[in-house]
Amino acid sequence: MAAIALAALLLPNGRAARSVLAQAAGRPVVVASKPFGESYLLAEMFAQLLESRGIPVDRRPGLGATQVAFAALESGAIDVYPEYTGTGLLAVLHAPPMHDAAAVFDTVQRAFEQRWGIRWLPPLGFENTYAIAVRAGTAGRYGLRTLSDLTGVASKLTAGFTPDFIGRPDGLPGLAHAYGLHFAAVRPLNQALKYRALAAGRVDVVDGYSTDGSIARYGLVVLDDDRHFFPPYQAAALVGVRLQRDNPAAVTVLTELSGRLSAPVMRALNQRVEIGGESVAAVAASALSSLGLTKGASATAAAPEAARPGFLAYLWQRRAALWNDTLRHLLLVAVPLVAGILAGVPLALWLERRRSAAEPVIRAVGVLQTIPSIALLAIMIPLLGVGVWPALVALWLYSLYPIVRGTFTAVRDADPSAVAAGRALGMTPAQVLRWVRTPLAAPGIMAGIRTAAVIDVGTATLAAFIGAGGLGEPIATGLALNDTRLILSGAIPAAVLALLVDAVLAAVEWWTTPEPLRAAARERSRDR
Amino acid sequence: MTDLAVHIERVSKSYGGVRALIDVSVDVPQGACVALVGESGSGKTTLLRCINRLVAFDAGRITVFGTDVLQSEPVGLRRAIGYVPQDGGLLPHWRVRRNVALVPWLDGAADATARADRAIAAVGLDAPMGERWPHELSGGQQQRAAVARAVAGGQSLVLLDEPFGALDAIARSDLQAMMITLRERSSLTLVLVTHDLHEAFRLATQVVVMRAGRVEQHAPPEEIRGAPATPYVSALLARAGVEAA
Repeated sequence: MAAIALAALLLPNGRAARSVLAQAAGRPVVVASKPFGESYLLAEMFAQLLESRGIPVDRRPGLGATQVAFAALESGAIDVYPEYTGTGLLAVLHAPPMHDAAAVFDTVQRAFEQRWGIRWLPPLGFENTYAIAVRAGTAGRYGLRTLSDLTGVASKLTAGFTPDFIGRPDGLPGLAHAYGLHFAAVRPLNQALKYRALAAGRVDVVDGYSTDGSIARYGLVVLDDDRHFFPPYQAAALVGVRLQRDNPAAVTVLTELSGRLSAPVMRALNQRVEIGGESVAAVAASALSSLGLTKGASATAAAPEAARPGFLAYLWQRRAALWNDTLRHLLLVAVPLVAGILAGVPLALWLERRRSAAEPVIRAVGVLQTIPSIALLAIMIPLLGVGVWPALVALWLYSLYPIVRGTFTAVRDADPSAVAAGRALGMTPAQVLRWVRTPLAAPGIMAGIRTAAVIDVGTATLAAFIGAGGLGEPIATGLALNDTRLILSGAIPAAVLALLVDAVLAAVEWWTTPEPLRAAARERSRDR
Repeated sequence: MTDLAVHIERVSKSYGGVRALIDVSVDVPQGACVALVGESGSGKTTLLRCINRLVAFDAGRITVFGTDVLQSEPVGLRRAIGYVPQDGGLLPHWRVRRNVALVPWLDGAADATARADRAIAAVGLDAPMGERWPHELSGGQQQRAAVARAVAGGQSLVLLDEPFGALDAIARSDLQAMMITLRERSSLTLVLVTHDLHEAFRLATQVVVMRAGRVEQHAPPEEIRGAPATPYVSALLARAGVEAA
């Protein structure tokens, strides 16, 4: 913490000295990452490297997975983020797998340039691909260096693989076929447990990613994929059209990292963040410094963290950030909900008067609800960029269906005898709606609004994946960095907020429900 | 014609293929109480609802106090005619006084509350009842409030759709007595739908027996009892245990 504060104090001086360059550059370079530790770390290295050359940076870490990050880059909402060539080939281009690293890089470079004008900078120097690891002792005993070496001894070994890896054709089935592997036993193990199980000798072989910090931590041996079964995933900076056009100097700065990061180096850096608990900023600063890309700063940045405080003390330490996250979260819930009420309730009342239009319209609104949240957020990016606006619009769309459906149903089904009497005694349809249907429907309308609020509170945590902030931010970062306290520091306030929002809306429901209906509701609950 | 409160002339109505009313003609003199009786599906309720245009009839003509109802705007027509549904139909979220004041309030009358209080007294409810919620009233009290609501706007014609059908015998008898008094005191014209012949004979000056969308017999109660026009009317009387006059 102190290190970040110090670094922040030091940075403006360096920046001022190079202000001429900064002004030429214009707007800050928007540096983003995907939501996992290595991506955070690489993006932070990009950012610090640019800042050390006087180029202002806007950080958008943790954009939710490839589709969101790539959509953001394509639309110009961000300028650069670290990506892997194999991901570009398989997840973006949907091309068939290829096994030669250089061929994959050539393919994605050419295709991205042609289709979107997006540029892959020369690879950073390491691959983060699937890796098969064994304990150093096992490797020594059987003389294991490559996966081919494993073939002969596999029948004496127990494997612990993630269920995903066991099932995927490009996982265990393909691997076993390519190398003729037959393990004594294969146990499904989850991600968090498998390295510990391996270190403890409960299994002998695990799957993982080649730059996992745990490989360095436990001194494991990664067996070389000598038949090139796993597709290559070379890491590289992916640069958008605008940065290439407006700020070629920044692109040049970023290429200084090309070829500088080997897999063992990256593994060690990941270990410091994910296992050592050092801050991303500090590890990035020391990495850049030891590569000779930046001067100074590293001494302070690499300073060891203070002893871990207790959880409450930790929350107290983070109170300023938490307060901001909570306010942002409230904004992410309140604005879409109020907008949802302002749009949804009148729409439902209008539909009550035009019953034939009601079902098609409500169903159309319902279709919005079926779009997975991350996908809806990703759809918003080309229209609204990244940040708080696309999140507000997406959450607003999510709030509409429960409000429209709840209001329409409650108003339509309001006490038929009261409705009939109002009409028979000479109320106009509008008066029936205003004085009979709507007040009698209040509990149903409020039920829809409360459902929308609960959906919004929950979905708002996902808004962090498109850079909207809120309590999802510590959750997403904590998940990426394997930091349980950080996750809880977002999750607990989010849960408390959900309860509070529901309590407030329960009070509003009580207040808007006509008094005799309240009594009826009370009697009903007593009877139960 | 002008002494007629309601004039119904050859009115027909079908729901899909089902003929609910076939060429029905009924006159309701001012000050009369006409009871529409018959079994379920005889068309009696449909006919009642044609009068204030809750049901749109297909053919024929209906006038209320000399004016063709099709020339009247439906909302205004309904406000001018009192209406008492079977279940009372009080708005559950309004206190009794506000319920009773509904029509004068809709008409923007400044003295809506005072009219409501007078109507509440006229149906034999204690003044404090006005402050109650509908669900706090007994079934009989709720029907009294519904009758009060039907006359609070100064309506001289009131349509009643099986108004006392859901009440116990004692409450029903009390309400019938109240209706007789109210009609005399306020010179009301009533059109009453009921399946209870005893009620029809007690309240009505004329009884209309309906069967399958047609009028079987239209006559004063004594005549119906004394000279049933058809075997159906006789059977109906016999089944209800009404003794021939």
